[in-house]
Amino acid sequence: MQYLTPTSFKDASALAAGAKGTSRFLAGGTDVLVQMRADIFTPDILIDLKHIPGVADITQEADGSWTTGVAVPGAVLREHQALGRDWPGLVEAVDLIGSTQVQGRATMVGNLCNASPAADAVPAMIAAGVEVSIIGPGGTRREKVENIATGPGQTSLAKGELITAVHIPARGTNGGDAYLRFIPRTEMDIAVVGCGINLRLDGNTITEARVALGAVAPTALLVKEAARAIIGTSLDEEALVALSAASIAACNPIDDKRGTIKFRKHIAGVLARRVALEAYARAGGTS
Amino acid sequence: MNNIHVTTTVNGDAVEFLCDPRETLLDVLRDRLTLTGAKEGCGTGDCGACSVLLDGRLVSSCLVLGAEAEGKSIETVEGMANGEVLHPLQRKLIEHAALQCGICSPGILIAAKALLKKNPDPTESEVRFWLAGNLCRCTGYDKIIRAIQDAAAEMRGAA
Repeated sequence: MQYLTPTSFKDASALAAGAKGTSRFLAGGTDVLVQMRADIFTPDILIDLKHIPGVADITQEADGSWTTGVAVPGAVLREHQALGRDWPGLVEAVDLIGSTQVQGRATMVGNLCNASPAADAVPAMIAAGVEVSIIGPGGTRREKVENIATGPGQTSLAKGELITAVHIPARGTNGGDAYLRFIPRTEMDIAVVGCGINLRLDGNTITEARVALGAVAPTALLVKEAARAIIGTSLDEEALVALSAASIAACNPIDDKRGTIKFRKHIAGVLARRVALEAYARAGGTS
Repeated sequence: MNNIHVTTTVNGDAVEFLCDPRETLLDVLRDRLTLTGAKEGCGTGDCGACSVLLDGRLVSSCLVLGAEAEGKSIETVEGMANGEVLHPLQRKLIEHAALQCGICSPGILIAAKALLKKNPDPTESEVRFWLAGNLCRCTGYDKIIRAIQDAAAEMRGAA
């Protein structure tokens, strides 16, 4: 294995595109190095992105939106108070990943590109409407987070393509987001179900909503039917019941050691309700 | 295989080493720099026995490549005592008998040091959450938590 440290994304892309064997990009390494250590996968070239200027930065743009670098670890994201005030659900979702030690290295982009169906950051990113910039041999493009993972461990990124930045929308007024996951204990586990919801209010009425579910399908899902169930409502009991039903209907889970299909569907309905209430309260609504 | 030449700082000392690109920082510390305080428990970032500070940030050294240490500053358990004088966390761990086999202790000490720098007066719950990634199979954790809180109190008083 060759270890390379390009100083631009263009060079990083060219290295991967021109690689004779396999390549991996390295940011936090909490998935890549585990796969190497466990003899699951060792690339022929490992391209460390942390020597590229700006990859560790968190920047608020003039329009209120946020741009974060691809190598910002969870711990740094968590310590950024202004970002946490704007997007508490997103920051809390990232913070749920692993231990303090893992938080010192693990990144949002790594969580996205590892493409686990149970990734905690991803439903919160989808709910928030996060997009990523991508560079590749064919130039640059911008993509919604929900279009990155295509299946467990699989992404829509072509050979030589890599993510160069994360774009988090401006929070704007009367908005709130939240993320919760179910695990059988309080820390250090993988989501059995995860749910992220982001919404905006006019008075007590929901005008915009995005509902995302994790660990209930081969990829995290943006569930438009669930959002439709609460838009135009003040999140009354009828809306919450419809939200749960739409969330359950969207699930396409598997039975595994962490949960059965039946259990996962049930929990998706329960979490959607709880997360919606939290996001609603954060947006300033009273129901 | 081409070895990589790395220049870094470990416990305040300038250090140079050659390493294979696949070698982890933990391998380098233990096998090339003979700093065997950091332990390999799981090798996959789950147990915390290999905890070190990398530019002041708590990380598992098994999930860092040796090559990534270039230009960084690393702190290990070997840098905690001042000569023969133990760090308050080390002394309190002994006083509270908060260890048995000792495999987890270097990682616990480094993690606790990072916590107290960030939060000099952590609650029991804060200590437990911070140390969720430091597994101890001997003590049942209670003595460790008490030792850390006792050390924190002493360090606050001394400051």
